Amino acid sequence: MDGYFGSYAVVGALLLIGVGIFAGAMTANRLLRPHRPTPEKLLTYECGVDPVGEGWAQSHVRYYVFAYLYVVFAVDAVFLFPWATVFAAPGFGVATLVEMFVFLGFIALGIVYAWRKNVLGWT
Amino acid sequence: MNALLDTALRLVVITGAFLLLPLIVGQTEHKVMAHMQGRLGPMYAGRFHGWAQLLADGVKFAQKEDVIPAAADRRIFGIAPAVALVPYLVILVVVPVGPGLVGRDLDVGLFFVLAVLGVGVLGSIMAGWASANKYSLLGGMRVAAQLMAYELPLVLAASSVAMAAGTLSLPGIVEEWRWWWLPWQAIGAVVFFVAGLAELQRPPFDMPVADSEIIFGPYTEYAGLRFALFILAEYAGIVVLCALTTVLFLGGWHGPLLPGVLWTLIKIFLLAFVVIWVRVSYPRLREDQLQKLAWVGLVPLALLQLALTGVVKVLLAA
Repeated sequence: MDGYFGSYAVVGALLLIGVGIFAGAMTANRLLRPHRPTPEKLLTYECGVDPVGEGWAQSHVRYYVFAYLYVVFAVDAVFLFPWATVFAAPGFGVATLVEMFVFLGFIALGIVYAWRKNVLGWT
Repeated sequence: MNALLDTALRLVVITGAFLLLPLIVGQTEHKVMAHMQGRLGPMYAGRFHGWAQLLADGVKFAQKEDVIPAAADRRIFGIAPAVALVPYLVILVVVPVGPGLVGRDLDVGLFFVLAVLGVGVLGSIMAGWASANKYSLLGGMRVAAQLMAYELPLVLAASSVAMAAGTLSLPGIVEEWRWWWLPWQAIGAVVFFVAGLAELQRPPFDMPVADSEIIFGPYTEYAGLRFALFILAEYAGIVVLCALTTVLFLGGWHGPLLPGVLWTLIKIFLLAFVVIWVRVSYPRLREDQLQKLAWVGLVPLALLQLALTGVVKVLLAA
């Protein structure tokens, strides 16, 4: 149970416990619950009237610009973590600090650009 | 053999905490909300101030029919509650409650937590899509929008703590913690907590489930036990968010007089109280207001916190 794989074996065991809780709850539910489906009961809910068209409707995803922004910045942010653990190590100091401000500058510039382009709105 | 037993015991305790703490938070919410609104809340179940209300709810849910709409994508519809719930259990494995009291001290703990935290949100998106219901679809899209708005500030605020501590291991972070981190990391703490609230779709960021306009968002078609599991996931999420905020920003088990485990629990429940308090006090934000708050407010604040952390840390090392 030690080392890299040992640690993640524990994580995997907990994941199995979680799946077991879900499966156990649903099994208990299966034994306890009634099962009387009627066509009306299985109808999609639309405030009581018959549903119009199907549920998978097309719609305009107005926040797609945010999605792009998010992907760009999230990829940047991933690189922060390995850097965060070593940046103050002896011998780095000021150099890494300058690098950090370059990094923050890029992100801030990106946001200011998006903001000036008025894409941080909804319509 | 002993090591195996030790690990098994830790997993049992974690599972117990995962099943118990959300119920306590839920019951607290019933009572605190009621009293803040001049009501009594549940008073009947269990005789003493309705303490057994959620147990009674659970018994009721376990007996309810499992209705899956004919139009729905049955398989995805069925597993979505598990996708929403199980990640919160898995996260607890790396959350320390006292010195040495942690399921497993992963060296990339913080990174692991952020990755798994994002998976829980997928459950809501899956539910929204698989229901084949217009309200659910709208709710699911709002969940996705919210995820994109709040993941970045959450990650940036968390990495500020990693910079301060110089490690990604959660017990390592708590060991490095000193009281003056409170003012030093204050901005990050607020950003992390607010972003976490949005990630959990808690009021005032409950646009995805806005009951007055889209019924109950992604969970509209859910009934019975699957619905109950989604609600349980919400409260488990509160516990996890409060535990993470405690560990990262409030010093975890550090505190005078009382034993460490007690301090961790006290801090977690104080934060859970704040979560409930915020729900009662603030009106719901519109989705575009939310995006704006995130990108124009929280992200710049998180970047400011990163700069502050970096400068102070390098000055201290020099």
